[in-house]
Amino acid sequence: MADASYTTPAGEYDTQLGDYFALLKPRVMSLVVFTALVGLLAAPVFVHPVIAFSSILFVAIGAGASGALNMWWDADIDAVMRRTAKRPIPSGRVPAGEALSLGLALSGLSVMMLGLSANLLAAGLLAFTIFFYAVIYSMWLKRSTPQNIVIGGAAGAFPPVIGWAIATGSFSVEAWLMFALIFMWTPPHFWALALFMKSDYDDADVPMLTVTHGRRATRAHVLGYTLLLVLLAVGTGFTAIGGPLYLAAAVLLNALFLKGAFDIWRRDEAQAEADAYRVEKKFFRLSLWYLFAHFGMILIEAMLRPFGMGGW
Amino acid sequence: MTFKPEHELHTRRKGRNIGVGLMLAGFVVLVLALTFTKVTNGDFELPKAEELTQ
Repeated sequence: MADASYTTPAGEYDTQLGDYFALLKPRVMSLVVFTALVGLLAAPVFVHPVIAFSSILFVAIGAGASGALNMWWDADIDAVMRRTAKRPIPSGRVPAGEALSLGLALSGLSVMMLGLSANLLAAGLLAFTIFFYAVIYSMWLKRSTPQNIVIGGAAGAFPPVIGWAIATGSFSVEAWLMFALIFMWTPPHFWALALFMKSDYDDADVPMLTVTHGRRATRAHVLGYTLLLVLLAVGTGFTAIGGPLYLAAAVLLNALFLKGAFDIWRRDEAQAEADAYRVEKKFFRLSLWYLFAHFGMILIEAMLRPFGMGGW
Repeated sequence: MTFKPEHELHTRRKGRNIGVGLMLAGFVVLVLALTFTKVTNGDFELPKAEELTQ
């Protein structure tokens, strides 16, 4: 990559370190770090801080690598969508080939290093997650089915399972409950976004539910998935990773979330247009806090356990 | 002994090069810490003689 830009005439844009960092989708990476860390700390096994830190770092690098591969593959549709047009590749800050090289190199590095720092199960799961996000979701599902984010949501749901595998070297029901929480949360989160991003997915020919089945059906789907999510999220409160604090927070958050989904369902486009999608935007913002708070409460319950508190 | 004047490229990419250098140094420190932790935690302990004969 140095050879091509060596001859770049002075004055022309030179890719900065920050541009490469933006390729790694830092905001998604922060969510991955947080959920993987919760998975690791909620597991009933002590992990040496150095091993925990380095393992989570390699999970974050793996997540970033899949982000870079996603941006490399999706550069054409990112360019036509308002939300993504300023990303490093469509804006011309990073050449597509460099994004591919960076994504592949970091994928290999992160999987190999996680295998060395934690165990082969965690490394294998990270490799599968990168493959799932870059190939199954980005290259296949995203452009072929309105169920793209439902199935693709699995990629974002794996980090707590990886965290659990780092600590225990195995899987368990609790790890899969955390997986299910993110998996069920993803569709209403993204469909709310699709409702107020209006023509973005239309312009890019991405078969989002709003494009293929219309906005009425999308509103109904948001409510349907939220109902299932509420059952799961509150039910988790009675399991080994839950506890009274988690349950109290889950009841409150899920009541708010359900109300938001119900408000989205009962509105039509004319009402949404009239107030510039206020309800949909509010639901989207709440969904971010919703996930953060659920995992935060799982973490608090786990932290309190050594002191005889937390859990049931 | 002659010193060549610094190439314009090095000035232009100074920030980027320092960043990459720091990341590589951080990686080396991390691998060192990881190795030290693994070795002192007994991850690489050889099996005891009686375990080998069993």
